[in-house]
Amino acid sequence: MRDLNVWFTLPGGRELHAVQGVRFDLDAGERFGLVGESGCGKTTSILAMMGLLPPNASVAGEVRLAGTNILAGGEDTVRPHRWTDLAMVFQGAMNALNPVRTVGAQIAEPILLHRESSAAFAKKRAGELLELVGIPASSAVRYPHEFSGGMRQRVTIAMALACEPKVLLADEPTTALDVMVQAQILDLLVRLSDELGLALVLVTHDLPVVAQICQRAGVMYAGEIVETAATDDLFHATRHPYTRLLFAATPDLYGDEEVVSIPGTPPRLDEPVTGCPFRPRCDSVIARCELERPLLRLVGGPAPHEVACHRDDAGGSADREQLVTGGTP
Amino acid sequence: MTSDGVLLNVADLRTRYPVRRTIADRLARRPRQWVRAVDGLSFSLRRGEMIALVGESGCGKTTTAQTILRMVESAGGTITVDGQDITALSQRRLRPLRRGIQMIYQDPYESLDPRFRVRQTVAEPLLVHGMGASRAERDVLVSEALERAGLAPARLYLDRYPHELSGGQRQRVAIAAALVLDPVLLLADEPVSMLDVSVRAGVLALLDGLRRDGRLGVLMITHDLSTAAHFADRIAVMYLGRIVEYGPAREVISDPKHPYTKALLSVVPDRDPRRRTRAQILSGETPNPVAIPAGCRFRPRCPIAESQCAEVDPQLEPPSGRHRVACLLA
Repeated sequence: MRDLNVWFTLPGGRELHAVQGVRFDLDAGERFGLVGESGCGKTTSILAMMGLLPPNASVAGEVRLAGTNILAGGEDTVRPHRWTDLAMVFQGAMNALNPVRTVGAQIAEPILLHRESSAAFAKKRAGELLELVGIPASSAVRYPHEFSGGMRQRVTIAMALACEPKVLLADEPTTALDVMVQAQILDLLVRLSDELGLALVLVTHDLPVVAQICQRAGVMYAGEIVETAATDDLFHATRHPYTRLLFAATPDLYGDEEVVSIPGTPPRLDEPVTGCPFRPRCDSVIARCELERPLLRLVGGPAPHEVACHRDDAGGSADREQLVTGGTP
Repeated sequence: MTSDGVLLNVADLRTRYPVRRTIADRLARRPRQWVRAVDGLSFSLRRGEMIALVGESGCGKTTTAQTILRMVESAGGTITVDGQDITALSQRRLRPLRRGIQMIYQDPYESLDPRFRVRQTVAEPLLVHGMGASRAERDVLVSEALERAGLAPARLYLDRYPHELSGGQRQRVAIAAALVLDPVLLLADEPVSMLDVSVRAGVLALLDGLRRDGRLGVLMITHDLSTAAHFADRIAVMYLGRIVEYGPAREVISDPKHPYTKALLSVVPDRDPRRRTRAQILSGETPNPVAIPAGCRFRPRCPIAESQCAEVDPQLEPPSGRHRVACLLA
């Protein structure tokens, strides 16, 4: 994904720049986390990848699938890839399922539409998919309301896998679920990505979930990615103040450090932002932050580590040391 | 207040809801069935203390709060607030006491009336309870409550509408509307789960500060063990309508005794990728509270259950200990 931008046209002709220059790469079988608070543009980013944004959205940028930019020709070039290469699991499984059709029929539908297969084959495949996500194939004749929340989420995952996609985009797949059921679903997603070589983009506000199941992650703030790194580096070699403060605001089960909230609120995206969008809430502002918007730059290896912060410039390495130690509990 | 400082005492509380019978059930004369949402729950809360009631959805946490508020009638047991048994009080006699027990709801996007300014939202409870003789007097109380809830100076917030506030500020308005009545007991039902991570800690610190002032006690309902570990004095782990483990928060987290608590703790994701949690994933979900298993209610999902567990319904032991557990094998 390269330089993805999304603007929404608001009533009255104003524009809201919801996603700005978001970019990340994904290998087959890799699990990538997209973390951020509500309104930061994480869901909008993946809806744009799927070509599922409402008509008042304009999208620019590239989503390259094995070299081909699927956004090049709008809906016409996205459609052949939607569900067959790129599939999505939505937040809130109850709303994603049709209450008056059996789950088997709903899983079979994309197979019939995209694979032009016989009804008998689609039915058989729906049963296999249910088994794959841990539901007996005999349950295909049941309706969504007969399933618990966790089981419904398994059904939506089976549905997304119907056409054997290469990339699965999961939008807060466990947010409405209890911890025990969350663990079951996350376990399933990890197993599927390992066994099927499925690349997974996990969109969530929950840093610990990303820390436990993703190899790499990007932290989003106000429509852009402010830091991308291997999850281990994100926690142990934090570079961006927002990432560090977000970790400090997340209570740790066994830790004793004080949990501190981040003062202030994210900027409004329908108004132009000068300088760094995180500046008003940041605890380590320098003069440059007010004047210039920091861009995402490669700052470290061996695993690629990108950060959008002026404090992390080559000249400010002494300051950075301080930031890094401050960020590692 | 009683001499031992106990603010709220709940003893063997039971709440049940009838299951709707279909015509076929009636024709077959099948007996009415009950959902035993709260099934023998006991604990006590002191002034200045925060207890976290943790458990999965459907374990009866919210019903417990609603029963304490008498929004739902109990089917057994007693609720004592400030030394007075409120279980069987008539609504008329309950009303002055209800002022002292206030609830904070999960979703400040829904609990605030979008057409009410902050001033009106926070003054409403005063009107309901006939407090504050004049508008000026009410304004003083409202401003005090807002500032106690961390919205200072209050004049900046009084005339705003909910849509002009952030999620954290909205929840503070909801807390102010509870504080304006000077309650002794706050029941907070998942007070931060709808809020962004970056503002959660502030709202929790607010509740923490309020109870440390010693004027009130807080019963916090949460499914988030990390939050409970950080902010509560004691944790009560609920399973199928009953407390299965109860003790000082740190002790329950670092030395869990009940197999259910152990499993729950094992699936909490750690924010440090190097500390891989060895998840002990229980299969299935909480069983239906219409048919609570005989013997130990956790037995069907328990990884260490023995034959005796099917016969004996374990009680919290030791009965007056600091750290109690309802498990025959603990």
